[in-house]
Amino acid sequence: MELEAAKMIGAGLAAIGVIGGGVGVGIVFGNYMTAASRNPSLKDELRTYAFLGFALSEATALFALVIALIILFT
Amino acid sequence: MATEANNPMEQFEIKSIIDINVSGYDISFTNSAAFMFAAVACTFLLFWTATRRRTMVPSRIQSVGELMFEFVAGMVKENVGKEGMKYFPFILTLFCFILFGNVLGLLPLGHSSFTFTSHIIVNATLAIFIFVAVTIIGFARHGLHYLRLFCPEGTPLPVAIVLVPIEIMSYFIRPVSLSLRLFANMLAGHVLLKVLAGFIISLGFFGIVPFIAVSAVTLLEIMVALIQAYVFALLSTIYLNDAVHLH
Repeated sequence: MELEAAKMIGAGLAAIGVIGGGVGVGIVFGNYMTAASRNPSLKDELRTYAFLGFALSEATALFALVIALIILFT
Repeated sequence: MATEANNPMEQFEIKSIIDINVSGYDISFTNSAAFMFAAVACTFLLFWTATRRRTMVPSRIQSVGELMFEFVAGMVKENVGKEGMKYFPFILTLFCFILFGNVLGLLPLGHSSFTFTSHIIVNATLAIFIFVAVTIIGFARHGLHYLRLFCPEGTPLPVAIVLVPIEIMSYFIRPVSLSLRLFANMLAGHVLLKVLAGFIISLGFFGIVPFIAVSAVTLLEIMVALIQAYVFALLSTIYLNDAVHLH
């Protein structure tokens, strides 16, 4: 049972890394909003970059999540 | 503790529908394969009905087909340019396959519900195919000059010592991050839905709270399914752009 408890704690600790992804995605979309409201004519052009930045910063968070799931379910 | 029946990972189990065994190799027709066929069939059906009766003023289904076609065509043209248009059919196929895989997986089909993009082997196969293809296209177009990708022109030597290993690493991590992104998004979304759904019955009357949450998360998951298909196709075109144009 101790191993089980340690697994749970470990998975919880590993999931802390997702905080960084949340901050990153927030910054990306927040700055996209700022840019789009300052220059609405660039909105469509910037959307590609916003989603690209979203995908790249989200991926790092998901690595942490995958580690947490691996700890939990193996 | 979660029992076997409401284990959130149970939904990702691969079940054999028709057992096929060829000289020791298990090549059974599984629910994963069935959903892949369904995704291909949906793509085919959509574009077939969209282009069956073409009119100048598009009908409803035709404008859906045109919308998807022009969306992906615009993405390829914007990122790779005119030379990239010969790879456009592949990108459109990839986009539709992943899109329908994600969306069909969200259908509430009880125990037979399945998302093939939540299996890393499926995504890894697609991602490695793109990686190998991009590398071959790069070397075919630029020869050994393609290695310039790792060390852009005019990099000072002290910078190059640090830059080159980083560039090489980021090049080889591409298939890993490409496949892991889609896999983790789908996995996390479906686990979240299942865990939230598990609370509805057990909380009795107050189950209305997780019920609202599940409805909201389902909408979010539909959005994630679209975004992830878009991101997968977008990153493929960006990698393709590296191979076609270098930096």
